[in-house]
Amino acid sequence: MTITPAMPYLGTLGLRKESIRTRILRTAVAGSLIGVARIVTGAEARWVGCAPSAATRIYVANHTSHADFVLLWAALPPSLRARTVPVAAAEYWNSNAIRRYLANQVFRSVLIERDRVDRRHNPLASMLHALDDGNSLIVFPESTRGPGKTLLPFKCGIYHLANARPDIEIIPVWIDNLYRVLPRGAILPAPLQCSATFGEPTRLAAGEDKQEFLARLHRTVEQLGSPSCSVSR
Amino acid sequence: MLSQPLTILSALAVVLTIATLAGAVIGLEQNLKERIRSWWWIIGVLGSAILLGRTAVIALFAGISFIVLREFLALTQLETSDRRAIVTTLVLVLPFQYALVGIGQANWLTFLVVPVLIAFSGDTRNYLARTAELLSGQWICIYCISCVPALFGRNQQSGPMIFLILVTQASDVLQYTFGKVAGRHKIAPSISPSKTVEGFIGAILSATALGAGLYWLTPFKAPQAGVLAFIIALAGFLGGLVMSAIKRDRGVKDWSQLIPGHGGMLDRVDSLCFSAPLFLFLTRALFSAPPPLAH
Repeated sequence: MTITPAMPYLGTLGLRKESIRTRILRTAVAGSLIGVARIVTGAEARWVGCAPSAATRIYVANHTSHADFVLLWAALPPSLRARTVPVAAAEYWNSNAIRRYLANQVFRSVLIERDRVDRRHNPLASMLHALDDGNSLIVFPESTRGPGKTLLPFKCGIYHLANARPDIEIIPVWIDNLYRVLPRGAILPAPLQCSATFGEPTRLAAGEDKQEFLARLHRTVEQLGSPSCSVSR
Repeated sequence: MLSQPLTILSALAVVLTIATLAGAVIGLEQNLKERIRSWWWIIGVLGSAILLGRTAVIALFAGISFIVLREFLALTQLETSDRRAIVTTLVLVLPFQYALVGIGQANWLTFLVVPVLIAFSGDTRNYLARTAELLSGQWICIYCISCVPALFGRNQQSGPMIFLILVTQASDVLQYTFGKVAGRHKIAPSISPSKTVEGFIGAILSATALGAGLYWLTPFKAPQAGVLAFIIALAGFLGGLVMSAIKRDRGVKDWSQLIPGHGGMLDRVDSLCFSAPLFLFLTRALFSAPPPLAH
């Protein structure tokens, strides 16, 4: 089976041709977003299960706010940011010029079509393309923003990704408190301390089926968010 | 002859250099090394602000208030309907308070804002608890901390403020050190496992002696300065205890991990929250100046 990318993936920075002006603007926008995230949330990184690494990884995080990716980005060491891209919903991020610019130019997102009915292409192909280019991916397998304290069920895309690239480390991540800073429908963020907790790397186990894997990953992310985990840090 | 701030900063640089060298030679544990490295930063930033003058110090403490409030409110149970009150506290009440400190007219009348805003949110579930949480944050993180730069005289006299910060922080460090070296009996086991009777007594006594020795920073004589230092150290201890009780209840060890080795900003300034208002009041009362927090 040949799979065609859903959207042309824009590729890594080094491979991309862009004018100096575009580049300065993009860097300035990225820098200010990270600066704002730091001021508003502190963007604290808690590496409890692993250390930061330049290796290609898949970060699997809970999704509570549109700012999730920016917080994760700000929490990562600067050297890893340029090679860490989010997987995001095409219909949301393509819906106006500002979102399109942020998603494509600044975050270099892998945009996928969430809705199975409209889907003309296999979203897996774009994600694999980005991974094979040497990017780490940030995936929100709940697929939509959850209520904050609890996790919604995971969609199966992450299983197919883990199945297609079984050697790549999957890092569970819990983003704490951000749902109170910028909940659904809010425009102004309320400053509160937030953190991203990085758990122990995991992989698809031999012989593990889809349901088992998704349930295990779900539990792992959930446990990172439980209070006992933040005490023993 | 060096100015007061420069004398103190040079002395601190000497102490820290010795600590850093000792850390490298005898191989202190990692957390201790991180603590010492963070102290260089704290003293560097605070020292530069003091040398720049009163406005810089007020701006610095406004920033500290902001960070501390961010940490404090993250541990409260305030929900989305309180967002307007939270944003107002951080974006309007906080700068307004420091502006009042700047013109030497600090009061606490803005505490009336929060209950009104929370009432206006239309959500009355747990109204009193939510108001109490946000107001506690406002008191601890804005009013109490703003008492530190309020000590910085408009004549650019920074001595009393340096005296307060030095005695409070020294008493914290001494409590930790005495506790590590000689700590046997826990003083408040249900609140904080790290505070010991030995640490408490050692810290209070040596902070009193330190304060008496530093009387030249204040308008007081040595015995008076010693008594004030004793009160500062005691208030600082109680402040640490109160913040520990909040953390214990919410199941965390530190407010955040902003300052490597120390924890959050509030872990560093928790004792100042209690010692600053008390010292400000006593200083002004003893000098028959108008009392603080009144117009």
